[in-house]
Amino acid sequence: MTETNMPDMPAAEDTETALITMADHIADVVDTMTVSCAVVRGEIELRVNPADIPQVLTLLRGDRQAAFNQLIDLTAVDYPEREARFDVVYLMLSMNNNMRMRLVAPVAEGQAIPSVTNLFLSANWAEREVWDMFGIFFSGHPDLRRLLTDYGFEGHPLRKDFPLTGHVEVRYDDTQRRVVNEPVHLVQEFRDFDFLSPWEGMQTQIAPDAPGHDDSEQKG
Amino acid sequence: MAEMQIKPITMNFGPQHPAAHGVLRLVLEMDGEVIERADPHIGLLHRGTEKLIEHKTYLQALPYFDRLDYVSPMNQEHAWALSVEKALGIEVPRRAQYIRVLYCEIGRILNHLLNLTTFAIDVGAMTPLLWGFEEREHLMGFYERACGARLHAAYFRPGGVHQDLPDDLLRDIRNWAQKFPDFINDLETLLTENRIFKQRTVDIGVISYEDALSLGVTGPCLRGSGVAWDLRKTQPYDAYDEMDFDIPIGKTGDCYARYLVRVEEMRQSLRIIEQAIDGMPSGPVIAQNNKVTPPDRGQMKQSMEALIHHFKLYTEGFHVPEGESYTAVEAPKGEFGVYLVSDGTNKPYRCKIRAPGFYFMAAVDHLSRGHMLADSVAIIGSLDIVFGEIDR
Repeated sequence: MTETNMPDMPAAEDTETALITMADHIADVVDTMTVSCAVVRGEIELRVNPADIPQVLTLLRGDRQAAFNQLIDLTAVDYPEREARFDVVYLMLSMNNNMRMRLVAPVAEGQAIPSVTNLFLSANWAEREVWDMFGIFFSGHPDLRRLLTDYGFEGHPLRKDFPLTGHVEVRYDDTQRRVVNEPVHLVQEFRDFDFLSPWEGMQTQIAPDAPGHDDSEQKG
Repeated sequence: MAEMQIKPITMNFGPQHPAAHGVLRLVLEMDGEVIERADPHIGLLHRGTEKLIEHKTYLQALPYFDRLDYVSPMNQEHAWALSVEKALGIEVPRRAQYIRVLYCEIGRILNHLLNLTTFAIDVGAMTPLLWGFEEREHLMGFYERACGARLHAAYFRPGGVHQDLPDDLLRDIRNWAQKFPDFINDLETLLTENRIFKQRTVDIGVISYEDALSLGVTGPCLRGSGVAWDLRKTQPYDAYDEMDFDIPIGKTGDCYARYLVRVEEMRQSLRIIEQAIDGMPSGPVIAQNNKVTPPDRGQMKQSMEALIHHFKLYTEGFHVPEGESYTAVEAPKGEFGVYLVSDGTNKPYRCKIRAPGFYFMAAVDHLSRGHMLADSVAIIGSLDIVFGEIDR
């Protein structure tokens, strides 16, 4: 019951050319819907508009050369300073080619993105998680409920403007004999060290003739 | 008599149920004893790991990975270490690669032992659990001797492993590995041809090839459906391309096939363990790059520079160049991936953890429809579910 006929691993430089060939092919397949398609640090990244996502995924799955037939993961990244603040990321795998790619679509807050649950069953929970964590609405999803957070939870925790400690805490109340929700009360101020600034070194220039900067001191 | 419309019974399974393998609330709509719809409510163990990692340095983020799938902690650390190494572009010394492969395979056996034996107890066989946990104890002893902790190891670091293995540990692992096949054979005498076990598992929870791809099922569950796909072979990392091992696949895609695949995977892991011990090279166990990895203790007593590096690494941490990457490893449960977005600072901008169990849990509804209530327990057991990684 053992099987060893796995695709052989090509050499590193072959991989790079294969990736570029595949990226070019993907750009051809997706055609006018491509916003950008490139090999970035050894990974294929295709950017498209959110409205085109289902069509692009259908094309990439159906194309015999590309055959990206597995949606490995679906997630989002929050960039609050951008106009379209979220990037929704689809991580795809093609077993035939032994290749991965990611599909990125920028989405503004409040903008809906079409669901791909009818294409990939794995998108069902992944989209629910993204809705829960980022508040990105997937139109056409059969059952878009919160997934990981508590019943009755408010807010979207993985947004950058959501505090690490959250807004509410729960505890068991002895007098009421039930679990109660209360605003977070920190007994100690939240410690968030900014290690970046103090270690940048001297930003101001010291003049060569300033006191304490002469060569004699170093020699002595 | 007029025809009566019978309303399906809604049944609540969990959140505290021994067969749920953790805190799972499963809301089942039943027609008699047949499941019409299963709605898992997860998140009872949600700790916000991804959010926490955004507020920690790259090194501080590592121990969170032990706490995801707490049955095979080092395999997950491996994904994080590889992901950071990829972003930094650093090379790992060969000895560290071998140690990692060795410990990943120990982790795989740890995981499969827990899964197979708890699966057996779910379907009514108690003895395998008692035997299996004794073996797990030996393996956790090896964990402890390498890093000082039985479970939450924090042993794999970006650039290598934290410290070298003590003397005699490799010899003891080899001795254990020589005895372990007897245990697997004993385990098989209890289960493989056991009539009750087969009645509970054969043709239960069949995943077809197409469904497996669409559901995002990976690992032994995918191979149980006859797909020869293992990242250790197809996209090898560390020293896996130097190891000689086979990928077992099942034919039927049911609970029994997944059981058989795991049993055979333990045997293959033993082969890798023996090769890793035989071929263990000498040399450093962590990259000698003090901008990323700490200097050793001795140096710090002598060199001011080493002391500064140590201080900087454990306060500020190292900076990772801006970029995005996805790195995946073949964890015992399936493809465990880390999608890392770095912004050039000392903390990850976003870290998405792709847990294999998450997609198994999502598949439970699809798999248990039309099965009996008791079969849902067998399905959950055979999928290998651990809530640490599902809820993150």
